[in-house]
Amino acid sequence: MYKLLQIELYKIFRRPRTYIAFLAITALVGVIQLGLVKNGDDYVNFVMGNVMQSFSFDGKLLNGYLVCYILLQLLLVHVPLLIALVAADMISGEANMGTLRLMLTKPISRTQFLLAKFTASAIYTFMLLVWIAFLALFVSMFLFGVDDMVIQKTNYLVQLPVGDVFWRYVGAFGFALLSMLSVAALGFFLSNFAENSIGPIVATMSVIIFFTILSTMSIPLFQKIQPYLFTTYMVNWKEFFDPKVNADNAVIVGSLQHPDRIIQSALILVLHIVGFVGATMVLFKKKDILS
Amino acid sequence: MQSVIKVSNLTKQFKGLTAVNDLSFSVNKGDVYGFLGQNGAGKSTTIRMLLTLIAPTSGEIELFGMNIKTHRSEILRQVGAVVEKPDVYKYLSAYENVALFAKLSGVKVTDKLVMDQLAMVGLASRAKDTVKTFSQGMKQRLGIGIALVHNPQLIILDEPTNGLDPQGIADIRNLILSLSKEMGKTIVVSSHLLSEIEQVASRLLIIDKGKKLVEGNAHELFDPAQTIVEIETTDNLFALQQLQQSRWQSMLQPQRSHSILLKLHRNQIPSLHKNLVEMDVQVISLQPRHNLEDFFLQITSNNQHVQAFTN
Amino acid sequence: MKRLIIVIVAFIGFQSFAFSQDMTALVNKVKAKLDKVNDYVAEGSMKTDVAFIKAPVGRVKVYFKKPNHFKLKRDGGISILPKGGVTVNMSTLVAGNDFVALSSGDAVINGTKVKVVKLIPTTDNSDVVLSTLYIDETNLLILKASTTTKENGSFEIEMSYGKFISYALPDKVIFSFNTKDYKMPKGVALEFEDEEKLTDAEKIKRKKGRVQINYSNYTINKGLDDNVFK
Repeated sequence: MYKLLQIELYKIFRRPRTYIAFLAITALVGVIQLGLVKNGDDYVNFVMGNVMQSFSFDGKLLNGYLVCYILLQLLLVHVPLLIALVAADMISGEANMGTLRLMLTKPISRTQFLLAKFTASAIYTFMLLVWIAFLALFVSMFLFGVDDMVIQKTNYLVQLPVGDVFWRYVGAFGFALLSMLSVAALGFFLSNFAENSIGPIVATMSVIIFFTILSTMSIPLFQKIQPYLFTTYMVNWKEFFDPKVNADNAVIVGSLQHPDRIIQSALILVLHIVGFVGATMVLFKKKDILS
Repeated sequence: MQSVIKVSNLTKQFKGLTAVNDLSFSVNKGDVYGFLGQNGAGKSTTIRMLLTLIAPTSGEIELFGMNIKTHRSEILRQVGAVVEKPDVYKYLSAYENVALFAKLSGVKVTDKLVMDQLAMVGLASRAKDTVKTFSQGMKQRLGIGIALVHNPQLIILDEPTNGLDPQGIADIRNLILSLSKEMGKTIVVSSHLLSEIEQVASRLLIIDKGKKLVEGNAHELFDPAQTIVEIETTDNLFALQQLQQSRWQSMLQPQRSHSILLKLHRNQIPSLHKNLVEMDVQVISLQPRHNLEDFFLQITSNNQHVQAFTN
Repeated sequence: MKRLIIVIVAFIGFQSFAFSQDMTALVNKVKAKLDKVNDYVAEGSMKTDVAFIKAPVGRVKVYFKKPNHFKLKRDGGISILPKGGVTVNMSTLVAGNDFVALSSGDAVINGTKVKVVKLIPTTDNSDVVLSTLYIDETNLLILKASTTTKENGSFEIEMSYGKFISYALPDKVIFSFNTKDYKMPKGVALEFEDEEKLTDAEKIKRKKGRVQINYSNYTINKGLDDNVFK
């Protein structure tokens, strides 16, 4: 199994396609960071304009922590597309290349083969997130310094003390990993049904885009179905940045307003991952390899 | 004789289509087993079932005396195969491909093993080049190199000469012969061309529409005593009358539209020719074929189903 | 705060209305007490309590130097303060020169009897429309001040005294102000959350916002560089 995983990782990281995602993220984060270095204060003034009419802020609003939050908000919606590029290609790509039949005539079980493949795409996803964390969080912290993090929620403003932020990012990235793994699992599942990679990649992207739109539009009709869409739960990494307040309305350091929501969402995502990968295995084990 | 492959009543149905129909055959140790049939006859489906790529609808497959369902890994460790096109990872080099599949086959990968393998198929000088840059023939050779890297007892080559130039075809043929004669491997070679198979095969199986037409030893199937001669004349009716009154009468075969068929020993052909001239028959052509070729021609040209093969 | 008081006191000194003479005297006495402090650095904790803001309690440092230098700095971190309150309002009060001080009777704050003094600016360019001071005559302390401005709404300042009562420096100051209804523009915030949050926010919603500073320590009259206020 370890040997298989090594081989799968080797295959992933020897393909130029794999690096598109890393390059795309680097470029995106770089451009946004450059923009914020140059015009960050204008951006903050624009975004916070509403609050700034009544309140004055003293301190470094535009610090590494906020920049990372801005980046994650912008990026995490699009990273699934980059994940799909690799995950949805895992089986279909091999079918397309014709190497699937060669792989499967080797003395390895199909279950092992699939597990190794999914684990490899999970590792790819993890590395992509580590890369995002490095660029969006650490590079931003270096470029913009750190301070309290002031972010806007739908109905309120949250200020997190500078010392109470980092662990939240650790949690948020952990949660984002689950979200992205569910995308990878979906891509993996769809990749079982085609003998070219374009189909499953586009299908995965379409499902994600479609579901995300349904998940994010606050229209009563959509709101009814939102609990049934896994994309609804994917944005809940933001819950890590919503602290509890005490009776005096003061933020309780180290607290979470809705830990239950995080746990519930995480469980739902894990269920999706297990479901998609499980279904892929069941189908793949019975599948006639005709490619 | 120890049988390496034993297939019993193998059937595969795809949504209403029976690709392989109650097929039984066996391959013995040391055989070069020719597996013949038109495109779509069910060769590839059968080979894929032997390699567990496709699950049979019914029937049993045993390799090395073990059931393929229960001993998949043990069996596949001893099998090397090229199924249809020799597809490998195009973005990797020849060396990397060989090493990768060697590792998957459970072999300890050493530089020597990989380079020896590449040398055997004449690709040592291109070891570091990505497969993208390879010609069809080089890919075919690489595919075979990969199939052989773990020193398997059974080698299955599905249409190995497809898309090759005459030199490439000859190279593959020589490789098959040397694998069989020098290394004692059991080899299954499928093809839709009889000419390819007859030069290498020790045993033969012909299938059509998923059913077995004939199975036997090549030396029997290519028996000179069973040569068919196809004669075309300016007046076939006259020629037939002459032949029926001659000593060739007993050798006449059911007639085909534009020709007369006789079954005889290859040695008798010169005297047949002489006789025809003596009988004043105006011969346009006289084509000797061995029995199998005639048989194979029938299924390939007329697509006519022949139920029995007369030996 | 200090500045506010001094300024108010200074202006009241020039009042010419007969019945406000008493008030002027009182305010002068308060001023005299406050005048003992040339500068100070105070440390304390600050809490911004606004319905739609979840903010932590933070350490603050307050710097003051006569005549009107005042600065509130968060000890690391960001301070969110209502515009026109806390610090900004001090300067808006000094902006004009003409005020009328009126006695507005007596009142009781936290069990202490106080004099109520109303200050009305007589110029149009002042942001302040009306200030009301609640002065503890016995101890010469301002316990409460409420101000109505044109631009920044009205707010209230309440002060409690303890250890530093002899310098008229409060231990606790509460600024109360009205908060406008406030809603994030969704597209900009890029926040797509379910409406449940509304009720959650409602729970903590109060009409008034408050900034509360608890001073733990004052360093008084030890000299202070002007650069601190830059």
